[in-house]
Amino acid sequence: MDMNRNEYIKYSKRHSKKSPVIADCAKAFFVGGFLCACAEALSMLFLSLGIDGNTAKSLVPITFIFLAGLLTGIGIFDDIARFAGAGTLVPITGFANSIVASAIDDKSEGFILGVGAKMFTVAGPVIVYGTLSSVIYGVIYWLAGVIF
Amino acid sequence: MDFLLKLIRAFIIGGALCVIAQIFIDKTRLTPARILVAYVTMGVILGGAGVYGYLVDFAGCGATLPLTGFGYSLSQGVKKAVDESGLIGALTGGLTATAGGIAAAISFGYIFSIIFKSKPKR
Amino acid sequence: MSIIKLSHAPSIISGASVVGKKEYDGPLGTDFDIHDNDSTFGMDTWEKSESEMQRLAVNTSLAKAKLSPSDIEVIFAGDLMNQCTGSAYGALGFAKPYFGIYGACSTFAEGLAIASMMLGAGYYKKCAVVTSSHFCSAERQFRFPIEYGGQRPPTSQRTVTGAGAVILSLDGAGPFICDVMPGIPIDMGISDANNMGAAMAPAAINTFKRYFDETNTSPSDYDLILTGDLGMEGHSILCEIMGTKGYDMSKNYNDCGLMIYNCKTQDVHSGGSGCGCSATVFSSLILKKLLRHELNNVLFAATGALMSPDSIKQGMSIPGIAHLIHIKNERI
Repeated sequence: MDMNRNEYIKYSKRHSKKSPVIADCAKAFFVGGFLCACAEALSMLFLSLGIDGNTAKSLVPITFIFLAGLLTGIGIFDDIARFAGAGTLVPITGFANSIVASAIDDKSEGFILGVGAKMFTVAGPVIVYGTLSSVIYGVIYWLAGVIF
Repeated sequence: MDFLLKLIRAFIIGGALCVIAQIFIDKTRLTPARILVAYVTMGVILGGAGVYGYLVDFAGCGATLPLTGFGYSLSQGVKKAVDESGLIGALTGGLTATAGGIAAAISFGYIFSIIFKSKPKR
Repeated sequence: MSIIKLSHAPSIISGASVVGKKEYDGPLGTDFDIHDNDSTFGMDTWEKSESEMQRLAVNTSLAKAKLSPSDIEVIFAGDLMNQCTGSAYGALGFAKPYFGIYGACSTFAEGLAIASMMLGAGYYKKCAVVTSSHFCSAERQFRFPIEYGGQRPPTSQRTVTGAGAVILSLDGAGPFICDVMPGIPIDMGISDANNMGAAMAPAAINTFKRYFDETNTSPSDYDLILTGDLGMEGHSILCEIMGTKGYDMSKNYNDCGLMIYNCKTQDVHSGGSGCGCSATVFSSLILKKLLRHELNNVLFAATGALMSPDSIKQGMSIPGIAHLIHIKNERI
């Protein structure tokens, strides 16, 4: 090769096909938007059924987690996600899918070391960093309250 | 009309949050796990700064269903717990507020892992 | 000189291929010997399915040569799984000496090279070479859970579900493995595991250039030049860079990863990959054409990306390798 590494990396980038960003974004927008609109409709349905606001607030994501998990189990979710990209990843459905997919997949290693241990291989970082940043925020918030 | 307006707001904000992630996926080759971590952390930061609350008021589930909403719940839970019980609330508040979602994901994941088997992609 | 000329050139007396559903639906579908519509091959884990494919491939190629397992003296086998377990469990039933080899997706050519050198040196007379990969076991190990929903970038490749086996013998009517050129690992700094074609192309270029230089031949001297799984990106990089060095690859060069799927309709992005890719294409279509004398002089270089999930997470760039074997229908 007459190229050094940096030249080759640049050269190979020119050769590699780019993702169709516009089309991907359009799909993500419509699927993601549709899911959120459904969630909003569901939340209004719960409220109209006389369920109180706080319960409805947690019932909506739980319903979506259940549905995403079910679609993952029957093997449809990955087909939808391949089309929708971030449209199913960013709503809570992506989080649910990564947990259920790991759980189903690692059944072959047993229910303790497979399902139990590996359920959070993909979703774990979300909980770790979410919790960690919320604790840091909590400490700052507390300090701010003490000082001011 | 109010009903329709709420749906449209949820649709637009939810869709927009997905589009931002999609651009990052396509343009930067960040893995989905990194995107989700960034989203949940942004949710905590914006929720803590008091900005995300306006988005939730405006778009409802369009702001709470995306993972930034998960981060927002964490921050609101912590805020409430610190208000009620002081510094210990920083540790107890976040997961208390999000316990439903996490426990649901674990339980459904476990149940579905008993029922279903993975199939090769078509 | 890095070419190893085999004075006793072993003959490829038979070959067999076992594939999954998607490969069967591809352009070479009817060329494969066995396929399974749910890709499990009757097993309850994907890892066992892969071993079963290897066992089926070896047994079928033995049956085609009218041999029984007792007629072969040694098995060279490889796959992509951790610690090569797919091959070990696959070889277990044959009760024959076994060498487990790993060269990522280049393993089939590596196996052919090592086996033909062993035969050429006179240590063995008959042996089997088999390699496999399974989409589901590879996905689990290298990427995400199978039901995980995500988009793959256009440069990514799909791991072939399949196993290919050939039987090599010192007495046989051809085609013969005349010489082999072991590959040199080359790392040009590509660290994107979804662009393995670009990571492997420099190794293939290095191997081909050394081969043409040492033999004083040019691409047009061969009926077919075949690489393992460079995919669209690697294929175009190889053609272009070889072209600038004065080797015109445009006429008779193809890539197994582009042949096994219909890249337009089968949603496989850049093509197939995995050690099952070159193994199944070689032991089906290519071997048939060699046996029918439609091809008589073939260069086959399987390419491998020598990374692991951990090396990728640690940010290491991906070294590529390409082992080349030269197959002719006449002894030299």
